[in-house]
Amino acid sequence: MKTYFSDLKALLQENIRDYGMFIALAFIFLIFSISTGGLFVSARNISNLLNQTGYIAVLSIGVTLVIIIRHIDLSIGFVSGFIGAVAATLLVGGGMNVFLVIGIVLVIGTIIGLWHGFLVAYMKLPAFVATLAGMLIFRGAILQVTAGTGTIIINNDFFNAISNGYIPDLFNANLHILTIIVGMLGVILYVYSDLKNYRVKKSYGFKVLSKEMLASKMIFVSFLILGLSLVLASHRGLPYTLIIIIAIVAIYHFFLKFTVLGRHVYAVGGNPEAAELSGISVKMITLFVFGSMGFLSAVSGIMFASRLQSATTTAGTLFELQAIAGAFVGGVSASGGVGKVTGSVIGALVMASLTNGMNLMGINISLQYIVQGFVLIAAVIFDIRTRGKTR
Amino acid sequence: MATILEMRNITKEFPGVKALDQVNFQVEAGEIHCLVGENGAGKSTLMKVLSGVFPHGEYDGDILVKDTIQTFKGIKDSEAQGIVIIYQELALIPELPIYENIFLGHEKVSNKIINWNEQIEASERYLDLVNLHVLPATKVKDIGVGKQQLVEIAKALSKDVKILILDEPTAALNDEESLNLLRLLKELKKEGVTSIMITHKLKEVMEIADTVTVLRDGKTVDHMTRAEGTLDQARMIQSMVGREIEDVFPKRQKAAPGDIMLEAMNLTAYHPFLGRDLVKDSSLNVRAGEVVGIAGLMGSGRTELALSIFGNPKNYRVSGTVKIEGKEIAFDRPKKLIDAGVAYVSEDRKGNGLVLIQDVRENITLANLKALVSSLVIDQSEEILVAEKYRKDYNIKTPNIEQKVVNLSGGNQQKVSLAKWLYTQPKVLILDEPTRGIDVGAKYEIYKLINALVERGLAILLISSELPEVLGMSDRVYVMNDGTVAGELPIAEATQEKIMAMATN
Repeated sequence: MKTYFSDLKALLQENIRDYGMFIALAFIFLIFSISTGGLFVSARNISNLLNQTGYIAVLSIGVTLVIIIRHIDLSIGFVSGFIGAVAATLLVGGGMNVFLVIGIVLVIGTIIGLWHGFLVAYMKLPAFVATLAGMLIFRGAILQVTAGTGTIIINNDFFNAISNGYIPDLFNANLHILTIIVGMLGVILYVYSDLKNYRVKKSYGFKVLSKEMLASKMIFVSFLILGLSLVLASHRGLPYTLIIIIAIVAIYHFFLKFTVLGRHVYAVGGNPEAAELSGISVKMITLFVFGSMGFLSAVSGIMFASRLQSATTTAGTLFELQAIAGAFVGGVSASGGVGKVTGSVIGALVMASLTNGMNLMGINISLQYIVQGFVLIAAVIFDIRTRGKTR
Repeated sequence: MATILEMRNITKEFPGVKALDQVNFQVEAGEIHCLVGENGAGKSTLMKVLSGVFPHGEYDGDILVKDTIQTFKGIKDSEAQGIVIIYQELALIPELPIYENIFLGHEKVSNKIINWNEQIEASERYLDLVNLHVLPATKVKDIGVGKQQLVEIAKALSKDVKILILDEPTAALNDEESLNLLRLLKELKKEGVTSIMITHKLKEVMEIADTVTVLRDGKTVDHMTRAEGTLDQARMIQSMVGREIEDVFPKRQKAAPGDIMLEAMNLTAYHPFLGRDLVKDSSLNVRAGEVVGIAGLMGSGRTELALSIFGNPKNYRVSGTVKIEGKEIAFDRPKKLIDAGVAYVSEDRKGNGLVLIQDVRENITLANLKALVSSLVIDQSEEILVAEKYRKDYNIKTPNIEQKVVNLSGGNQQKVSLAKWLYTQPKVLILDEPTRGIDVGAKYEIYKLINALVERGLAILLISSELPEVLGMSDRVYVMNDGTVAGELPIAEATQEKIMAMATN
């Protein structure tokens, strides 16, 4: 038993950077649960929180890559808003097919991103300036698109379901059975991949967790997944937003970790000169990362317009700052080369939880901003302090 | 003549190295004193001690100015005694006008307000003294390096300089600018300014010096004066290289070299910002199974030549041709050279060689990740095997391959760097200062590795500032001087003296 706790302590210490955010998130959940008398962790609110986080989390994922290669993108908020307005115009004014519309705006978003990448990589504009200009341009573009109509109400059910809908239920029970099944599948997938990882590492003679520690970790995470699916099942089930987020995180995580292009992104961020000398085209990587950012801005724009079931003239305002804050809270390093998309999504969730919880408590918006500011400072100080202590 | 400056028994240690060991250095008032020595002999360190960059207490020994012991705490203190140092990298602010640069740090003020008119007026006087006839309001970035050097000297004069120290002042200048500068130093001498000049160009020394002090391995080894008629270029070279080649180089089977693997012809590299050619009309070739050394002093264009061949990552304007295995190739991006089988191990491991925040495994595979891909995905198990193999083969001392490279010692970082490039399976390997800053044991291992690679038929280009290393490892030596290949020597004919003569002429 004694070794069990010393193992646990060592595990926490070694991975404090990775686990720190989860601990912070758990702490925030605990505080808000108590201060709102359980309202915060109610099924309806958790569901709501996920839908609120979605469109920011997507931006956080994209901007994580941008920050990894030592740049920044300030335009993402208004690009997101602009895409929402374009989508609404095409849907409502143009009466176009919803799938066609989604395809078109994703392409437009990607082109906008490539444009910023071109300015940064080839015209040598500092990313701050290029995307600050983009921020102004697309703020204006939103107003242009909505000039005749003002707010555009979207009445397409499929489109509106993206950020408001839930997966269908198979049975007419009190609980949402399909959600629970999905949760169980998730647990099985998690346990399987963790075991496989454990075996591979062990076969190479790497340091692995003790068996007890591995089992504890598996049980803990499995309970979290099951718990979340139970909570969601007791409301209306698994929201599509969560599926979209999990899919994007999975794709980007896989991409960064297992593909040549992904590894080149980290190399360019870690040392652009060494990367160039290693045969990597820093320009092409820059172009690619901004293109991906544009694509994800479009996804975010679709999700936000869907959530509001309309395109507004102020859509996207301050999204960029929330997304960037989420990425930094999630452990991305401003000096480049370091960061994980999983961390950034959790970071975005931390920031959204703060807003959501404080709203429930009825805390004034002015104080909310101040609290968020200090949390950002605290998170980054924590990050700097723990850097280098772990491997 | 009176002694204006005396440095007695100066010893300065850095962790693990004695940069200066009981150095004595004496300068007479009104003379031009040249300080010469190989790279790393301790010249710059000595001048940093003198100017207070290394404050009193960080070195042993005494500094006497006009027979008074000085305890400089910083540059301000030494400047108060009239000692001004002008570094090789000029310390001017490009966007500011000349007159503001001249008075930067000691602005002319009345009532705490800068008196611009007086500054401009005074600048004109100082510019006149250094024979620079441009408007004081010209921005520094708009004049050439040669003129910028003159502005530095004008700045020194404005500080009422008694002892002017110039660290390789002509390294970045063309012939005419150099002559101009030397002439100016002679004029200033008539005005009573004492100059200390660090230089690699012995021709200049012969022309201008009253006294020469030679440093070697942190010690004063020779002293010559024009007055006594002891000034002699051959003796200078002898004193600079001095030591015998120690038997630190492992033997290898000498075989007749094979075909020409790498050939560069008439390469010229123009630096658009510096506005001059870093490499001028240089040609060289390397055959399979031979080590070709490139010797030359710092700033002679060795690294620039290598980078120009290796895909020009710094975006110089390069002209000339490069052939790999007899076939002319485009060399505008490093990737093209890597694909053609060339590898370049950088002199600057930390700057552009390695990604320090990544681990050993990621660094080793970075330049050849495509070899690990199966169905679009990097085979991470295979990657671990590769990294483990290189760790064992090259004896990279690290707890495991997941260790970040920043935590390794210099020698082990260099081995990672070598492993990274050998994993690309090159046919031509360019090694730029492969043993700089690493300990003797690791050096020996790297030499052994070089031998093993050559015996396997690789063509190796070895750039090194250490003459014994060039002589001990190469089959053939090119000597670079002022951006061009000044000569080529078969190893049988190459001596330190000959190389130094070519490199300093």
